[in-house]
Amino acid sequence: MAQFKLPANSRIGEGKTWSATDGSKNVKRFRVYRWNPDDGQNPRVDTYEVDMDNCGPMVLDALIKIKNEVDPSLTFRRSCREGICGSCAMNIDGTNTLACTKACDDVSGDVRVYPLPHMPVVKDLVPDLTHFYAQYASIKPWMQTQTPAPPDQERLQSKEDRAKLDGLYECILCACCSTSCPSYWWNGDRYLGPAILLQAYRWIVDSRDEQTGERLDDLEDPFKLYRCHTIMNCTKTCPKGLNPAKAIGEIKKLMLERRT
Amino acid sequence: MQTQNRPLSPHLQVYKFPLTAITSIMHRISGVALSVGTLLLIYWLTAAAAGPEQYERAQGVLGSFLGQLVLFAFTYALFYHLCNGIRHLFWDAGKGFEIETSEKTGYAAIGIAAALTVLVWIIAYAAGGA
Repeated sequence: MAQFKLPANSRIGEGKTWSATDGSKNVKRFRVYRWNPDDGQNPRVDTYEVDMDNCGPMVLDALIKIKNEVDPSLTFRRSCREGICGSCAMNIDGTNTLACTKACDDVSGDVRVYPLPHMPVVKDLVPDLTHFYAQYASIKPWMQTQTPAPPDQERLQSKEDRAKLDGLYECILCACCSTSCPSYWWNGDRYLGPAILLQAYRWIVDSRDEQTGERLDDLEDPFKLYRCHTIMNCTKTCPKGLNPAKAIGEIKKLMLERRT
Repeated sequence: MQTQNRPLSPHLQVYKFPLTAITSIMHRISGVALSVGTLLLIYWLTAAAAGPEQYERAQGVLGSFLGQLVLFAFTYALFYHLCNGIRHLFWDAGKGFEIETSEKTGYAAIGIAAALTVLVWIIAYAAGGA
């Protein structure tokens, strides 16, 4: 049964405010979720005032500035800072996205920053993605074949077959979509969620893969696939502009087609 | 490292729901409303079968301002569930998944359901009912 309220240990209190240094003219307030596993306290929201005249344009720039200059204890994941690694996925202004590609100016008023929704928090903005990765492994995300590969060349693919992978291979597994999905919130233990299902479809439509039937068999399950109710939060939130809802729709279609 | 007693990050509390999520939860709510509304219909039919006095009483209950308000909401739930159901049929056929399309069809479902509801009530009143 869906638990709509946060558990007692997860309710959020008001935290500290870190004022901008005097003389800053262009101040933006960042309200950031904090939780420290070592102090035994509930999560809180700290407020940081940032001088935007001395800060890069993206939310990640502001977080790095805060960590460097104001509060070194602020914890978050980041790596490539250009939207290809997926590390800095978080909930900004009520929507999941990558902090490195989200411009501070796109947020009117205070910038509210939370970890990816409905996930166990390791610290501050770092969610525990263990289960998400285990679900990814469960769909066997590699090419499976029965026939031997040609001895003198790669397994070739027509241009048309290759084009079927467009809009799928670009997924960086940042988990923005899965953690935006209410179905994944309430049934994430058994429902695979949009990111993993998009990846599953990526292998199902690959003309070189020879386990298509088995892959579909694995997904024929009331929870793994069919908890998708086309809420479309996934597609709306994807920072790479992909369409997991459509990929799931295509899997459902294939399920139906092979029965007739 | 502590792995027990980790807090759950906020979800409903912080997420800004897009139109498609609103239409989705409305589909669920209107479905539940239809089940409850059907009980109301059964009450009306049983009253009709039970005799003139009981029927008169049921007419009184359903014809009251509050009763009509409930019936009006029931009508909207019916038409909304129908319109959004058609939207789901297109999705099942693999069509209409683009953000722009899904938002347009979402507004259409809400709007057409409202128009049909009002139309039915105008016809009902014009026919001398209620």
